Amino acid sequence: MARKISLLVVDDEESVRDSLSNWFIEDGYHVECAENAKKALLLIESSQFDIILADIKMPGMDGLEMLRRIKSLKQDAIVIVMTAFASVNTAVMALKDGAYDYITKPFDPDDLSHLIRNASKQIALSQENETLKNKVTLLENVEDLIGNSDAMKKVLKQVESVAQSNSSVIITGESGTGKELIARAIHANSSRKYYPLVSVHCGALTESLLESELFGHEKGAFTGAMYNRKGRFEMADSGTIFLDEIATISSKMQIELLRVLETKTFIRVGGNKETSSDFRVICATNRDLKSMVEQGTFREDLFYRLNVVNINVPPLRERVEDIPLLVDYFIKKYCTTMNKPLITIDDAAMQRLGEYPFPGNIRELENMIERAIVIGNGKKITLKDLPFGKEMIDNSIESLDDFEKTFIRQILNKYSWNITRTAKALKVDRVTLYNKIKKYELKPDE
Amino acid sequence: MTQQNITLVSFGYFGKHFLEKIAEAVKREFAYQVIIKESHIDLSEFFDPGRRQYNGNKMLIAVDKISDEGALKTIGLFSVDLFIPILTYIFGQAVLNGNTGIASLYRLSNERYGIEPDDNLLLERFTKEVVHELGHTFGLIHCSTPTCVMRSSTYVEDIDQKNPGLCNSCHAQLEIRQGSQMYT
Repeated sequence: MARKISLLVVDDEESVRDSLSNWFIEDGYHVECAENAKKALLLIESSQFDIILADIKMPGMDGLEMLRRIKSLKQDAIVIVMTAFASVNTAVMALKDGAYDYITKPFDPDDLSHLIRNASKQIALSQENETLKNKVTLLENVEDLIGNSDAMKKVLKQVESVAQSNSSVIITGESGTGKELIARAIHANSSRKYYPLVSVHCGALTESLLESELFGHEKGAFTGAMYNRKGRFEMADSGTIFLDEIATISSKMQIELLRVLETKTFIRVGGNKETSSDFRVICATNRDLKSMVEQGTFREDLFYRLNVVNINVPPLRERVEDIPLLVDYFIKKYCTTMNKPLITIDDAAMQRLGEYPFPGNIRELENMIERAIVIGNGKKITLKDLPFGKEMIDNSIESLDDFEKTFIRQILNKYSWNITRTAKALKVDRVTLYNKIKKYELKPDE
Repeated sequence: MTQQNITLVSFGYFGKHFLEKIAEAVKREFAYQVIIKESHIDLSEFFDPGRRQYNGNKMLIAVDKISDEGALKTIGLFSVDLFIPILTYIFGQAVLNGNTGIASLYRLSNERYGIEPDDNLLLERFTKEVVHELGHTFGLIHCSTPTCVMRSSTYVEDIDQKNPGLCNSCHAQLEIRQGSQMYT
């Protein structure tokens, strides 16, 4: 599925534009032309060009100034400057300003072919590099999918059968059960595996940030939008987009998302041009979307659009038989990462792990093993290396807000909801405490 | 329905036998009747004194103007040094998906590079160049197969590496394009 390389030829002479355009079209490139820098910049803002061939001497804005502006818009743009004069100074200036190369008019046909071929190779290499990086991350993470229990076998079978299709998938399960790993496994086993898997943590972004993150934005679309930026849907072209914490998106974003899923087209924030992208969507949530639909907080049409296949990842307490396998895997993983000799775990510690309900699921188990390796004697993990008791970390806490909420509730309960005493203990004023209670919807009966 | 043909128009002397050989190769490749014609145009109006070469863009337009109505494709054959404004030289050029092309044997002869003349090699190179430009008029773009005649060539050595005909993939594309052009 090699994409056609697209070129923009910028020259005030029509004969040059036509000649170059014909030459490149015969070579199988997609070519567009502009007669001056102003028109070129408009085209560059609205379309994606891999290589820009720009004349240095042009009426109005010259090629060097245009080069600087292109670089401020798209830092990785490949710009080749053309000059009628073999001026070394101009060429050096252009190269200093980020030009890929320069060529003197008229060109030797072979020089031109070589130049474009080399630039195309560089583009292909960068794209390949990006894909490989994604693939390596993917492979590293897919290996983490461990389990021999019936519950896990069922999930893996579902992953296998759904991977080859193009259907939308919703992965449900408690926090820490490895929903993202399942998404990675689906992608890694699909025909889209050589293309990117783009993950978006919807819960971590505000509505406007999420909009810009998903759809991209044009330069100047909002304060701080210094460059044109591709959105995640655009980045996931030919690949998969993974939308984590889908239940947290606003009703406005639900409408937008539904439209994108139906048409596979979208408009960048601040833009006016429709962009299309061929992606597969996988979502994850730890909430019950169906009941959210019944309560009217999640759109029914979006739910059915997303919920073509549902994979429910069981909590660790329902697959206790996988704990020894997981422990073994995490020991190997962290001993290797920390450059420590491989250690074992004693029976008492393993038994205690098997009895523990793991509210934070695999994430909690992983953290426990990592911690045990760090603080342990370097030979064997024993019960005293495991944080059962006072040191227990509440793994349901995933953000600073969660932590603050839990902490305030704890202090409120300690002082029997006496606001003055609680505020004093927390070293905040009463108004701040009331605001926090309101924000986290804390109630005395909780 | 008038039978469509490919017309090879020679501007200058090439030799009857020389042109007939090219016509045979063209017929073999494109399966159309090939007509050889002679014509004369004043080349001085295409001459660029600064470059001491002939403007290929203008010559392409001139050939297009004199092409016969019955000709599906017309290729002008020249023996002068061709250029287009942006390139130092060209062997030939054609309108992609159009009706007209030009080719010149000026830079194809061994003598140009200080080597012993070889008429057979010259004929072979010129035939490849004509078939290449005709391929463009049928909408074929440059091919990445090293031996395909539609491979881009910037030196004569590149032309020598190619076969005189289209590769299987270009042939298949040509058949599709010829099929669609019959109904347009």
